[in-house]
Amino acid sequence: MSTLHTVNKSPFERNSLDTCLLLIKNDSTVLLIEDGVSGALQNTTASQSISDAMQEGVKFAVLGEDLNARGLSADRVIDGISVVDYAGFVQLAADHDNVQSWL
Amino acid sequence: MSTTKKFTYINRKAPYGSVYALESLEVVLIGAAFEQEVQLVFVDDGVYQLTKGQETDGIGMKNFSKTYAALGDYDVNQIYVCEQSLADRGLTLDDLQALTYEDEDDDWAEKSSMNLVNREQLSDLISDADVLLNF
Repeated sequence: MSTLHTVNKSPFERNSLDTCLLLIKNDSTVLLIEDGVSGALQNTTASQSISDAMQEGVKFAVLGEDLNARGLSADRVIDGISVVDYAGFVQLAADHDNVQSWL
Repeated sequence: MSTTKKFTYINRKAPYGSVYALESLEVVLIGAAFEQEVQLVFVDDGVYQLTKGQETDGIGMKNFSKTYAALGDYDVNQIYVCEQSLADRGLTLDDLQALTYEDEDDDWAEKSSMNLVNREQLSDLISDADVLLNF
């Protein structure tokens, strides 16, 4: 069973991303949305935990519309995180067996 | 006789994910009409409110980031940004809007409203405030 994990809270304010990464299986995907997109940027206090999970095989995506809204440029996203649009969000949901939303 | 008080607004939330940032901005603009001394502090995720280049068409929400540039016209020109909060988020002052005001005591010279502050300065700002408003 592959699972798409969505995280919509800032990693600098809540522990949603931390808990997600603690409990995630390596064949899963994390999609960062809403306030969660700030975790996708390079050189933050959250970058290392994402890079570590990526090394373990977890895939990462971030919603481009939410990056744009916050003035965060897609070219500052950590290498290996794919920037998707809403259609890509739907595709990810369809490609996985289940969706876990870490509210 | 009127008394001027120092109103200090502490902004700690990112924009768009919740309504705090917009509410704060609206209260600041309303409060500006009362001619009090106003200071705006941006700390923790609040620093995201001031990023340049916000483009909200894709999420179908009102882009209120351009309104911050009008604060100088309302005599709101003391803006304090926590440098550690920026660093933790991979940001620098260059990523934020360069907010300015025109100084009426200096032939309307255009001056920066932006002040980068450390924890000690932030602590002093809070302890020196007459009225603290948190968003």
